[in-house]
Amino acid sequence: MSLPAFAADMALSARAHRVATVAAEFADLVDRDGRFPREAVDAMKAERLLGIQIPTGFGGEGASITEIAEVCSILGQACASSAMVFAMHQIKVSSLVVHGADSPWHMDFMRELAGRQLLVASATTEAGIGGNMRNSICAIEVDGDTCRLTKDATVISYGAHADAVMVTSRSNEGAAPTDQVMTVFRHGQYTLQKTVDWDTLGMRGTCSDGFLFQGEAPSAQIFPKPFAEIAAQSMLATSHLLWSSVWYGIAADAVLRAQAFVRAAARKAGGTQPPGALRLAEASNQLQLLKGNILSGLKHYEDARLDPDRLSSMGFSIAMNNVKLASSEMILTIINQAMIICGIMGYKNGTPYSLGRHLRDAHSAQLMISNDRILGNTSTMLLVQKPDTSLVG
Amino acid sequence: MNETIRELLTRVGGLPVAVTELEDGADLYAAGLSSFASVQLMLGLEEAFDIEFPDNLLNRKSFASIAAIEQTVSHILKAREAA
Repeated sequence: MSLPAFAADMALSARAHRVATVAAEFADLVDRDGRFPREAVDAMKAERLLGIQIPTGFGGEGASITEIAEVCSILGQACASSAMVFAMHQIKVSSLVVHGADSPWHMDFMRELAGRQLLVASATTEAGIGGNMRNSICAIEVDGDTCRLTKDATVISYGAHADAVMVTSRSNEGAAPTDQVMTVFRHGQYTLQKTVDWDTLGMRGTCSDGFLFQGEAPSAQIFPKPFAEIAAQSMLATSHLLWSSVWYGIAADAVLRAQAFVRAAARKAGGTQPPGALRLAEASNQLQLLKGNILSGLKHYEDARLDPDRLSSMGFSIAMNNVKLASSEMILTIINQAMIICGIMGYKNGTPYSLGRHLRDAHSAQLMISNDRILGNTSTMLLVQKPDTSLVG
Repeated sequence: MNETIRELLTRVGGLPVAVTELEDGADLYAAGLSSFASVQLMLGLEEAFDIEFPDNLLNRKSFASIAAIEQTVSHILKAREAA
């Protein structure tokens, strides 16, 4: 292979497309059986996608949020569950990259993650907190160099398949519910006892089962920063942006299928405009709006990235909330439009125009952090924060 | 000013601990101040001191402790005097 050909082969998008090919092959099976997308995740590891966000100094590639978003979108067009696993992993990695750079243990872990392509899961929800991850009931017990934690985690996506889990808790037994820390527990340092089964309408391959988590690890594995800062400065933005990128991928593939349907109809119609053509034009318009929404969010984050004050400002939170609200609602409109275009061929499973999986997967978007909760938070902030009226920003 | 802030915090802060027991430098978020309560506190401060917080001060740091709030409010009051 020549050097330019090798470089093109190693480009992030080429690697993502190779993983997407694998993910697409198993997407229907993963969906039908509600099983972990093992083949796709193995392909991510083989293409070394799990460590791309880690800085080059720690053996990664220092990929930007925009580059990672593009990978999420490429994977989302093939298999939403695989794409969401990748996105959730990268959200955890963002916390390591942003907040772990001063801590020797977390620096070593970054090196190992990049080297061995470790998959990281998240345990932020807990029975009894009412879905608000900025509160914890469980408390970490620090006993000298060792810490112990038991958590009734109602959701740990791909928990049974991860190489490590990042778990939130109160910082000590006497702490307020909002006084939280996050701790990395490595495979072997914890046990998971399944309590809730993930049998859902869509996103079935994320295997977001509930578990009783019990872990013991060196205290050095607790992030040295309060979780409030981690949530505000890395998780909020990366979650909304990367989720939206996955959702964009689902909608984009739906529009692609609708276009293939209209083209096939046009070829048969011999010159007359097929009935779905106008709706396709509308769908393409909506997809572009969605793309604009996400791209402006990505730019907003890239601009604010190095300024912790800006990242924890209300204006920034509102902007990220708005990205999530709009993306999660628009994809349903777009996929529904595609379904109307493809008609019964879209409604049926197993056709080249099938959209059932897309529609079911897309319905999770409004619920992953409920849009009503997000609207509530934004409305509170708008009592003091002026709305952003700038066009270019 | 310190007293007014503490009064407001008692009224709208919804903290699980008594405000009188908090040091000026204590982290209010760690003490249990929710984001909703922090907005109520900001509205109360705007009313009490007849000020408006500019967008660049609407971040966690400006309201992280009683001392930080005093500093934020004084900063706005001083800027107004100078204008």
